[in-house]
Amino acid sequence: MNVPLEATRLCVRGGAVVDARGERRADVLIEAGRIVAVERTIDPPVGTSVLDASGCVVAPGLVDLHTHLREPGSEDAETIDSGARAAALGGYTAVVAMPNTEPPIDSAAAVRAVLALAAGACAEVAVAGAITVGRAGDQLAPFAEMAALGVRVFTDDGRGVQHAGVMRRALEYARPLGIVLAQHCEDEQLAAGGYMHEGAWSSRLGVPGQPAIAEEAMLARDIALVRLTGSPMHFLHLSSAGSVELVRAARAAGLPVTAEATPHHLSLTDAELCGYDPVFKVNPPLRTSDDVLAVRSGVLDGTIGAIATDHAPHPRESKEEPLDTAPPGMIGLETALAVAYGALCLGGDAGAGPASGSGGEIGAGAPTWLAAPPMRRASLVELFAALSWVPARIAGLDAPARPGFSTTGGHGGPIAPGAVAHLCVFDPTVRWTVSVSRGASRSTNTPFASRDLVGRVRHTLRAGEAVVVDAEPQR
Amino acid sequence: MAERERRSARPDGRVLVPRSVLMGPADVRRALVRIAHEVLERNHGAEDLVVVGLQSGGVPLAERLVALLEEIDGTAVPLGRLDVAFYRDDIALRPVRPGEVTAIPVDLTGRVVVLVDDVLFTGRTVRAALDALADHGRARAVQLAVMVDRGHRELPIRPDFVGKNLPTRRDETVDVSIDGVTIGDLAAAAPGSPPDAAPGSPPDAAPGPPPDAAPGSPPDAAPGSPPDAAPGSPPDAAPAGDPR
Amino acid sequence: MTRADLLSVADLGREGIVQVLHLADSFAEVSERPMPKVPALRGRTVATVFFEASTRTRLSFEAAAKRLSADTMTFTPATSSLTKGESMRDTVETLDAMGVDAMVVRHASAGAPEQISRWVRAGVVNAGDGQHEHPTQALLDCFTLREALAAREGRAPADDLSGARIAIVGDVRHSRVARSGVLAFRALGAELVLVGPPTLLPPDTASWGVGIAHDLDEVLADVDVVYVLRLQVERIRECLLPSLHEYSARFGLTRDRAARLRPDVLVMHPGPMVRGLEIDAEVASSPRSLVTRQVHNGVAVRMAVLFRLLAREVAS
Repeated sequence: MNVPLEATRLCVRGGAVVDARGERRADVLIEAGRIVAVERTIDPPVGTSVLDASGCVVAPGLVDLHTHLREPGSEDAETIDSGARAAALGGYTAVVAMPNTEPPIDSAAAVRAVLALAAGACAEVAVAGAITVGRAGDQLAPFAEMAALGVRVFTDDGRGVQHAGVMRRALEYARPLGIVLAQHCEDEQLAAGGYMHEGAWSSRLGVPGQPAIAEEAMLARDIALVRLTGSPMHFLHLSSAGSVELVRAARAAGLPVTAEATPHHLSLTDAELCGYDPVFKVNPPLRTSDDVLAVRSGVLDGTIGAIATDHAPHPRESKEEPLDTAPPGMIGLETALAVAYGALCLGGDAGAGPASGSGGEIGAGAPTWLAAPPMRRASLVELFAALSWVPARIAGLDAPARPGFSTTGGHGGPIAPGAVAHLCVFDPTVRWTVSVSRGASRSTNTPFASRDLVGRVRHTLRAGEAVVVDAEPQR
Repeated sequence: MAERERRSARPDGRVLVPRSVLMGPADVRRALVRIAHEVLERNHGAEDLVVVGLQSGGVPLAERLVALLEEIDGTAVPLGRLDVAFYRDDIALRPVRPGEVTAIPVDLTGRVVVLVDDVLFTGRTVRAALDALADHGRARAVQLAVMVDRGHRELPIRPDFVGKNLPTRRDETVDVSIDGVTIGDLAAAAPGSPPDAAPGSPPDAAPGPPPDAAPGSPPDAAPGSPPDAAPGSPPDAAPAGDPR
Repeated sequence: MTRADLLSVADLGREGIVQVLHLADSFAEVSERPMPKVPALRGRTVATVFFEASTRTRLSFEAAAKRLSADTMTFTPATSSLTKGESMRDTVETLDAMGVDAMVVRHASAGAPEQISRWVRAGVVNAGDGQHEHPTQALLDCFTLREALAAREGRAPADDLSGARIAIVGDVRHSRVARSGVLAFRALGAELVLVGPPTLLPPDTASWGVGIAHDLDEVLADVDVVYVLRLQVERIRECLLPSLHEYSARFGLTRDRAARLRPDVLVMHPGPMVRGLEIDAEVASSPRSLVTRQVHNGVAVRMAVLFRLLAREVAS
């Protein structure tokens, strides 16, 4: 069901427009879901609703390459509807829904079912398909059938494809289809059941750890397969300095690889686990401050082109289990922009410090955020590139709408007359406390709960409709 | 009891500001000699006696008493020491620190126990001591000897042998040792002497154990200066001093 | 955390450890009496909440609570609604609502006691959490070693172990006893060396302030105490070592190795022992072995911990 684009006029006034063409002071006039004017000052005609954007950044709506919407199968944690609302609150106008639902999205029928459920959501939902049937890692899933329905990204996320032979055939088969295979790099034998980063902290806490090479070994293997097959690959949630280095070298050699990182891997370290709070348990795990700094560098130099949330809702009780049995994952749609802004544009100390906990005398002292060596700060253009137009391009959501596929298309800007009005209005100065009771997500497992963040989405427009106004969802 | 008071008040960072000396070392000695004679008279000799000093202020007095009994009567009387930390009725009300380990050298069954403490105040410590003694046998009788009875009893407890009756205000503090008895007030610690941390946590640079064992201290101490860690005072094994 | 929960040895610091040792001295005396009981915790309830089975430790804590005149309650998950899908949080909150004053928690998962301490009003004592810590074991080990060193040198027990060289031998990686032991022994000034194959040592001990060695015989020439850890057979399946035979040969405290030790070297083991594997039966029962004293001292040390937890609340 297509949402009819209303013939309303809307003016976003007083902000600074930021898109791939740069940054400039401009008002934006929108009619019938599209941008009709972008001028330094616009005097809106009578009957135009005005959205105040003074002091704000007006950027193309954000696009999340990596969201777990949990429907079908785990609706107690999240539904497509609640997840899309959370996305809109976070400034996202489009998300790519991961296929590790129950049943998994590994067939045309499953794709159709999710697309049907997602029609009418306040953010656009594109569907990712599985690489292997059931995500079991043995048999290829029907890529072409799913691609015919508009699926562009394929991944077994939640797991990596363990078998090198299977991955090779998947890449070969996929090459002519115009799709991209995305890998959750985790060699299960090297990971050996570890549930935090293997290092000084895991040794001290008595927790089986997962070494960085569990990610890097599969990454290196797949880069070699890309070189062999010539197929493009996208690497999900890079978390280690070694991984960033591998992707940097691969891109320098001209290989068609892209990568993403999460806001939590840009800002939190394994020291957060000192209190054994499962809210900090995630796959890949939070690693050391050196790894965090390397991931930031990766974003700054374009090695990591996209920031993706890996929004992973879990029911509250499941995160109140002991650390080893609690499921991994954090929600992140509503805080992603603020956290990424803090980590990249504010020099990394925007309130995302570790919670207190008995870390013990042995081992690390308090994680020293503020002592990080000075790093170049990202510009707003670089920040929004990673959150909006680069992921839009990787997911194919930048293309204009095609009937039967994406309902609106045109995500990622540029903000220019004729473009679909997907906008994120972001106030970079407001300080706010993350409150899980006031969030839109059904789940509350955010590591930033009760922390202060700087920078917040004020309005979100999806195809000209104001789905979020003054940080409140409108539907 | 005064000692325990002062020590447990110490976590507030307060120290004893002495006001007047009521007994000097000679007075205390005479009182102990009289008490020793009274004990022997009351009990028709030293047979079956056991002297038990209450931690920690009663212990030095008990030791002196035993020496005097032996001097006068020629009999060696067994000496024990009793820590009542685990028997108090106010455990939830203030931090508890046991003193030296309880050591009762003989079975008390059938014996007459002379319990020795420095100051008798509310009587609660003695009540706890009676409970504690009961765990070491069924004494034939328990008699109480104190150097100072300062009144303000909260329980029906009375001493059998008293060095000095001393009416006091509740908020005054009485300090007793074999070197003398002083009455004074608790005041905030002088600047420069670090106040202790929250009750229960060991203070940083504790003013050290009380000047009991030190010859010639408190009366001369300037108001507000904390009692020093005198040479020869029992080493406080816990680093930075347990406010016992 | 405002209560004196004991979740890790690090919660005590050196001063806290010494405080516990002093309290344990007093409680050891109490335990020698014909009536080994004091009314200190009368009216308080101590619940042993053992998600992971352990008869010895549980009985030791229960005896400690009873000697302090506390009431005890035993909770074992096998017979509880935990198996009916109730979460760990719901379970402990129910116990908390019943008004227990302290929970002694053992769990197979590291960090569970800490998580529990955030949810309940009761005080929490960690009786062993996964591979993380077993604080009361380390405390009773310190108490026992301090007692043995004092007896050997004919003096009163000191409050530190400075100058003692202690080798902890075996599967340190998976040992909560070792983690607590390292913290406690070091806090009291001992020098530590961890001995085992690389696969059985923690991945990163750089900041622990301990030595690492892979050759037991080299280390034995120069230690005062050998602390032997038990080895679990699963480690072979996990590819951490090839065979028990090889482990015994390289790292077992055999009678031959024990014979080469200086006469005053002491041997400790947290139990239960697999005689013939990590330690020979003869060595375990030799005069240099402190194993019996370790078990004996457990009650007094646990009395000290419970007393310290429940008797130190101060009306604010």
